[in-house]
Formats: sequence, structure tokens, C-alpha cells
Amino acid sequence: MITLGHYLVLSALVFGLGLYAALSRRNAVAMLMGIELMLNAANINLVAFNKYAAPGAMQGQIFALIVITLAACEAAVGLALILAAYRRFETTYVDDLHLMRW
Amino acid sequence: MPWYVELLRAVVGTIIIFSGVAIVAAMLGVLLERKISGWIQSRIGPTHVGPRGVLQTVADTIKLLQKEHIVPRNADAVIFASAVVLVPLAALLDYVVLPFGTTRWGPLIFRDLNIGVLYFAATSSLIVLGILMAGWGSNNKYALLGGLRSAAQMVSYEIPIGLVLITIALLAGSLSTVTIVTMQAHLWFIVTQPVAFLIFLAAATAEVNRAPFDLVEAESELVAGYFSEYTGMRFALFQLGEYAEMFAMAALAVTLFLGGWRGPVLPSVVWFLIKLYALVFVFMWVRWTFPRFRIDQLLNFSWKCLIPLALLNLVATAYVVMVVQR
Amino acid sequence: MTGEAIAFYVLAAITLSAGTVVATSPNLMHSAVALIPALLGITGLYVLLNAEFVAGIQVLIYAGGITVLILFVIMLTEGGTGLHIRQRNEQAAVAAAVAAATAAVLVAVASRTPWAHGAGTLPSYTPGAIGQSFLGPNLPLFEGTSVVLLVALVGALLIARKEIRE
Repeated sequence: MITLGHYLVLSALVFGLGLYAALSRRNAVAMLMGIELMLNAANINLVAFNKYAAPGAMQGQIFALIVITLAACEAAVGLALILAAYRRFETTYVDDLHLMRW
Repeated sequence: MPWYVELLRAVVGTIIIFSGVAIVAAMLGVLLERKISGWIQSRIGPTHVGPRGVLQTVADTIKLLQKEHIVPRNADAVIFASAVVLVPLAALLDYVVLPFGTTRWGPLIFRDLNIGVLYFAATSSLIVLGILMAGWGSNNKYALLGGLRSAAQMVSYEIPIGLVLITIALLAGSLSTVTIVTMQAHLWFIVTQPVAFLIFLAAATAEVNRAPFDLVEAESELVAGYFSEYTGMRFALFQLGEYAEMFAMAALAVTLFLGGWRGPVLPSVVWFLIKLYALVFVFMWVRWTFPRFRIDQLLNFSWKCLIPLALLNLVATAYVVMVVQR
Repeated sequence: MTGEAIAFYVLAAITLSAGTVVATSPNLMHSAVALIPALLGITGLYVLLNAEFVAGIQVLIYAGGITVLILFVIMLTEGGTGLHIRQRNEQAAVAAAVAAATAAVLVAVASRTPWAHGAGTLPSYTPGAIGQSFLGPNLPLFEGTSVVLLVALVGALLIARKEIRE
């Protein structure tokens, strides 16, 4: 019997993986991939809560659709920034993009 | 139904779809292509193998099966091999929501999803990933360029297809393909939406990388584009994926615009196949009639011509539907 | 073992193993390509949760759109050629500890709380119902999201445009 707890544990693990990717990778695109994993983990949570805790309304699924849309926007803008930074600094490794550090 | 029965049904359905599509789409499609191109170019196509050349594709497949299996040096073997799986898989997954006819027990469809048309758009967008992986995994600059250009082209032409799908769903009131066919009982949607039909045909031709939009795999341009490094059966699987996708797009056009399986006297499956092959003939006719587009002309055509046209069509259709409803 | 349980464990295994490859692979291209099975596993989970429309949108936008964007940008920047550069930075051990601690806290909270089971049967979340919901109670959300999409589209185009040298 699959309960809500199973889905929450799974999404916690995916969130942990995404967090590790976002914190420990040197390439900017790989950090973005970690962020996408974290957003997906949050989406799993939303849809699981919709089915198990509040099946009458569909707010969870609506919210999940909005999160997918906003994740697409954020990935587009983030990747555009990475491309622009690559054109200027010839690198995508975030250690080397330290122009604004003191 | 218990889960193992569902699983068995899924496996049997997969085998039927794969063998049906592999035999019908790939074999017959390649044969038709060569015969039709021969007739258009005032020559006879292949006639050597079998009566009037019908066994030509069988001979081609046997030849391809015994070719050596080459993986380029320094190529990424995992990505090189996964691309071969992904392209035909995504093309074959499209067939789940296409209704081939109607029987006494209901429509002849593998699974009538209530998000049918959305599922079709989603699985045909997975092919782009396979093409990018194939271009990268070949470790060959022509393949990489071909893969990138092909991916840009397919992504650009998915948008007019999506807009046309939304327009038809608006008219039919549902995303399910069976509902769309039943709503065409009185009038086929091609009569009320001719512009959408033309947009869909143009965008579908570009989506499957066929001429006149086949810059990325033309022999005179980029050797063979993203699959230049694939030999033998892997090449055959890529071709299977392409032809299967072309047949799936034609079948979707039949479902959306030409009334699916509806027809007066003959059984429904026969009508579906007649309409399907008529559209496939149109695809092949167009291939040998028009010259090739350049890549920037191609992308301009999608973004600056087809998308505004499809958007205007959608707005006009929505307005008419709302006015008629009120 | 019901069918649902088997499906859940298979999909969870696919998602977690692909996620591990995304997070830890030293080859950037392998990370990006492993994002595809991870997203498709999550799509399967949505189908298990009776959210078919969200599953379709997830494949269309995430696997078919965002992953293509990521692969494009990797191929257009040096990540495509610099595959033998080390991909883990100096704080990897701290990051692993933080991620493990976060996941542990979340798992502990999730498994110990008695979640309230909602009363009511599941309605059919058809696309029609979702559309009605967007145009009804959720209309400001819908319109706001479309404004954000427009702004993001124009912004991304402007930022990524090549500068025209005069």
C-alpha cells in the first residue's frame, strides 16, 4: 500500500540530490540541473498532497502546472545568462566568475 | 483488471504496434517512397527483387543486418547507443493514441487517453533529445552541426503544431482523439479549418525532417547529418523512427482534419488506411517537387510566418466558437 | 505487492539512480542526458497519482523543452569541450553533508507526522476541469503566469543576443 509518506520520502531524497548538485558542482549548467531537480521534488510533493490529503479540490495540480511553467522561464533566463557570461568571460565555471567579489 | 493482465495487454500491444509499424510504415513506406519518386522522375523504381519490386525493402533490411557495427573512436559509447533507442521509441509511442477504426466493441485504439492530443505532442518532442544525443555521441563535427540544426528546426516547428492542436481541441471540446473523430460526424474539420490543415501539413513535414525541410540530412549538405556515423541495423532503426513519425503525423492529420475512420460503405479501418496513404502520398509528392530551404529561411518560415498565422487562426476560431455559443 | 507498489518502486528506483548520475557524474554530458530518465520517472509518478495532465505537460515542457535547452547550452559553451575538467568544487564534502542533513530532516518529518487523509473521492481531473479552474477561481494566477512568461521570453532573448559590433 503506497501512502503519502512514501511520496514524501522520495521527494525528500530527490531534493537532497538536487541540493548536492547545486552546491557542489563547478559548472553553471550543472548547478541549474540541480535546481531543476529540486523544483521537480517540490512538484511531486504538491501532487501527492493533492491526491492523498485534499482530493476534492485540484489546487495541488494547478500549483504544480504553474511551478513547471515558472521553472521553464527560470531555466530560459538562467541559460541565457550563462551564454552571455560565456561570451564575455570565456568560461562557465562559477569559480572564475568573480568580478563582483571584493 | 489486475495489474498483470494490464501489463500483459501493454506488452502484447507494444509488440503489435512495433511489428505493425515496422512492417507497414518502414517497409512499405520506403518502398512507396522509391516507387513514387521513380514515377515522378519518369523512371521505374526498384523492380528487381520480388514481383514488381515489392520485396526491395526486405532485401535492404537483410543487407543492413549483416553490416559491421562500428562505434567511432573517442565517441561517447553510452550516449551513442542510447540515441538509437530513444528516436524510434519516441516515434512508436505516438501510436498509442491514434484511432485506427471502430469495431463493435468500441474504437480500435490502444488507449483512449483523455489527454490524447497532448500526449502525442509530448512524445514527438522526445525525438529532439534523441537527435541531439546522436549528434553529440558521434564525435564528428558534421554530425554535431546536423544534430544542432535539426533540433533547432524540430523545436521551432513544434509550436505551430501545438497551436493547431489547440485550435482543433477548441472546436471539438476535448483533447481525446476518439472524441475529436466523433465530433466530425457532420462536417470534417478540414472544411472549417483549411488554414490550420495547411499549417499542420507544413509543420509536420518540417518536424520529420523531410524535404523541402531536410537540410540537416541532405547528402549534399552535411553528409547524412546526425546519423552519419551509424551503420547497419542502427541506421535502419533511425530510418524506422523517421518513417514511423511521418506515418504518425499523417495519421494524426487524418484524425484531426479528415474525419478519422468515418466513411460511408467500406469498413472503418479501410477508410482510415485510404486517407492515411493519401496523405503519405502528398508528403512524398511534396518531397520530390520543391527545392530545399536554407536553414535561416526554414527557421524564419516557422517563427515569422507559421506561428503568427496559427495564432490568428486560433483567435479567430475562439471568437467564432464563443459567438456561436452565445 | 500490488501493482501500484511495484510501479512506485520501479519508478522511484529510476528517478533516484538517474538523479544520482545527474548530481555526481564527472562527465557533464552524462549528467545532462541522465536528466531525461529522471524526468520521465517523475512523469510516471504523476500518472500513478492520477495527474495525467500534469504528466503530459511535464514531458512536453520539461523533458522536451528544458532538457533540450540545457543540452544546447552545454554544446554551445565550453562545457561541451572541457569534459576532462574536474567537476566537483572544494566544498563538495560540506555540500554532501548539508544535503544529507536536509534530506534526513525531511524524511524524519514526513514519516513521523500523522498526515490527515482527505475525505472525499477523487474526481476525474480532466483537462476540461483544469481549464475551468484556470479561468474561474485561479484566473489571476493564470494571467500573472502568462505575464511572467512573456517577460522571461523577452528577457532571455535580449540577454542571449549577440552584440552587434558597430
